[in-house]
Amino acid sequence: MQEEKRLKARKAVEKQDTCGDEIDFRQYREEGEPHPSLTRLEDLSQAEQRDMIRAGVDITEKERTGTYIQKDHSVIHTSVLQEGLEVLSITEALERYPWLEDYYWRTVAVDADKYTARAELHREHGYFIRALPGVKAVYPIQACLYITQEGLIQDVHNIVIAEEGSELHIITGCTTGHGVESGMHVGVSEFYIKKNAKLSFTMIHSWAEDVAVRPRTGTIVEEGGVFLSNYICMRPVRSLQMYPTAYLVGDGSLARYHSILVGQPGSRLDVGSRVVLRGEKSRAEIIARSITKGGHIINRGHLVGEVPNVKGHLECRGLMLAPEGVIYAVPELEARVEGVELSHEAAVGKIAEEEIEYLMARGLTEEEATATIVRGFLNVKIMGLPPELEEEVQQAIEVSRQSAL
Amino acid sequence: MINTYIDFYGEFQLRVVMMLKIEDLHVTVGDKQILQGVNLHIKPGETHVLFGPNGSGKSSLLGAIMGFKRYRVAGGKIFFRGEDITPLSVHERAQRGLGIAFQRPPVLRGISMYDLLRISGQEKVDGIEEMAKSLNFISFLPRDVNFGFSGGEIKRSELLQLLAQDPDLVLLDEPESGVDLENIALIGHAINQLLQKDSFQKRECSRREIKEGRRKSGLIITHTGFILDYVPADVGHVLYEGQLSCSGLNPRELLGCIHELGYGECTRCLV
Repeated sequence: MQEEKRLKARKAVEKQDTCGDEIDFRQYREEGEPHPSLTRLEDLSQAEQRDMIRAGVDITEKERTGTYIQKDHSVIHTSVLQEGLEVLSITEALERYPWLEDYYWRTVAVDADKYTARAELHREHGYFIRALPGVKAVYPIQACLYITQEGLIQDVHNIVIAEEGSELHIITGCTTGHGVESGMHVGVSEFYIKKNAKLSFTMIHSWAEDVAVRPRTGTIVEEGGVFLSNYICMRPVRSLQMYPTAYLVGDGSLARYHSILVGQPGSRLDVGSRVVLRGEKSRAEIIARSITKGGHIINRGHLVGEVPNVKGHLECRGLMLAPEGVIYAVPELEARVEGVELSHEAAVGKIAEEEIEYLMARGLTEEEATATIVRGFLNVKIMGLPPELEEEVQQAIEVSRQSAL
Repeated sequence: MINTYIDFYGEFQLRVVMMLKIEDLHVTVGDKQILQGVNLHIKPGETHVLFGPNGSGKSSLLGAIMGFKRYRVAGGKIFFRGEDITPLSVHERAQRGLGIAFQRPPVLRGISMYDLLRISGQEKVDGIEEMAKSLNFISFLPRDVNFGFSGGEIKRSELLQLLAQDPDLVLLDEPESGVDLENIALIGHAINQLLQKDSFQKRECSRREIKEGRRKSGLIITHTGFILDYVPADVGHVLYEGQLSCSGLNPRELLGCIHELGYGECTRCLV
C-alpha cells in the first residue's frame, strides 16, 4: 500500500503548486546531525528554551497534557500526562499500529505537488497524537518542530485523531534556532475528527528571514464534530505558502479558521483557508487578519457549499502599516446547490485617522493609539475554547506578538 | 484657576483665569472656511450652550478646540487655563484636562469598552463598574468599543468614557440625540456629575456657594434644547454664519427666541 503511494509521489516530484514561489530543494541540506533525546525539557540549553517559548512551548509542561519535540530530524522528547491520550513519533506509531497507514494521504493527495511528494519520499518523523473515544484533555498537548542546522530541510508528516466523543487541544510551535537563517520546512498534517469529537489546533510559526515553509494540511470532520484552527505567523519568513482545507463530511459538523499574519519586510506569505461543506447543516467560519510592515501577503479564503442548508462566513481584513508591502485579499464563495448560505466581507487599508484621534482624545499619544488599535486588530477571540485554555492560547500568541511587533 | 492679587488700593482681588478663551478663531475644513472669527470665554464652573442651524460649524468649533487634524486653524488662538494650546496635539490637550464626547465615534474592533475605560481613566480601575452601573452600561463592558451600539448606547458609552477621564472642560456634541425618553434622565444625570452640578446640591449651600464650588466647565451643542430640562446651563450662544452671536444670554430665553423667530431673525434682532 505504501508502495502505491511512493509510486504516485515519485511521479509528482517535479509538480509545481498553483500558488507560491518556486522553491529549489537543491539549495538545502538533506542530511542533518542526529540529536540525543531528553527526559526533561529543562535540560535544553537556555537559548533553545527561549526559541521554543517564543513558539508557544511551555518548558515546565505544567499546563500541558503531553509534549512532542522534534529537533531537525530527531525526535528528542515525547511525553504524555493524561490517561487516554497518545503522543508518539509517527514512525513509532506506525510500528505500533499498522492500521495507521490507512490514515496517510486521505485528506491531502500524495501527488498534490512536489512538496507532498517529497514528504512521502522523505518520511522523517512528525507526530502522532490521538485522544481515545470519550477522553477529554484537560490541558493542551504541545508540539514543537525545530530547525537548528543552517540550510537544513525538514520533512514531517503529522497525524492527529480525535476519536468519537473526545476533546483534544494542540498547540504547535514551528521555529528555527537562534542564529539559523536559512532552511526549509515541509509539513504535512492530517486531522481526523470523529463523531462528536472536538479538536482545537493552534499553530504558531516563528521562522527566520531566509526560511521557506510549505505546510500541506487537510481535515475531515465527521458528524457533530468541531474543528477549530488558529494560525499565527508574525515573524519574518522568506516564503510561506499553504492552503489548509477542512472537509465537513458529517451532519452538523463545524470548522472555524482564524489566522493572524504579519508580513515583515522581505517576507512573502500566501496563506488561505478552505472549507468544503458536505454534511447536512454543517457550518464554517474563516477569519483572517493580516498586517504588512512591508511584506507581500496574499490572503485567500474559499467556502464551498455542496449540500443544502449549510452556512458559511468568511471575513478577511488587512492593515497596511508601511508605505511598501502588498495585501492581496482573495475571498471566494462557491455554492453548488440551492439553499446554501455563504457570505464574506473583506477590507484592506490603513488605520483610520479618526480611530487614532479617538484614542488620543482619551489621552494616548499617537504611537500608543496606533499600537492599541493594532493590538485590537490582531485580537481574534478564539471562540469555543474553555476559558482557561483560551488564556493559554492567548498567552502563547501574546509572546509571539511581543517578539514580532 | 483662581488666584488673588493686590490691587492699586491695596485690596485683595480675585483674578479669574478663564477655563477656555478663544480669540478670533478662523477654522477651515478642506478648502472651506467654517469659522470666521469666533470669540468665546468660559469661566471655571460655567456651562455654555451652543445653538445654531445645521452646518453652521458647531461641531467644527468643538473639533478645533480638541485639536482634530480635520479642523485646520487658519487664524486666532485657543487658550486653556491661560495656556495657548493652539499648537498642541489632541492627546496633549486631553492630558491637560479637555474632554470630548463624540457624536459619531468609530468602532474599535478587538478593544473592549473595559480596555478603553482603563485608557480613559489612565489605569485607574476603581469605580469603573460603579460608573457603568449608573449609566446602565455594565453589560456592555466586555463588548468591542461601539460595535453594534445604538445611537443612545453610543451616548452613554461616550459619557462613561468622560466620567472615567474626568476632564475639567467637557465638550458635548448633541448629547441627547438618539436617546430614548427612559434614558435621557440617565444622560442628564451623568452630565451633571461630569460638570459637578449635583455634587453640591446635597449639602445645604446657597446658590452662590454652589456655583463658586464648581470647577468644571462645559460647552454643549444642542439642537432641541431638551437637555436643558436636565442640565442647568449658564450662558447661551448662537453660531451663525461662522460667528458667535447673542452670546451671554440665558440659554432658555435664547431657545425660546430661536423657536419664535428662527436663527436668521433671532441673530439679527439681538446682535
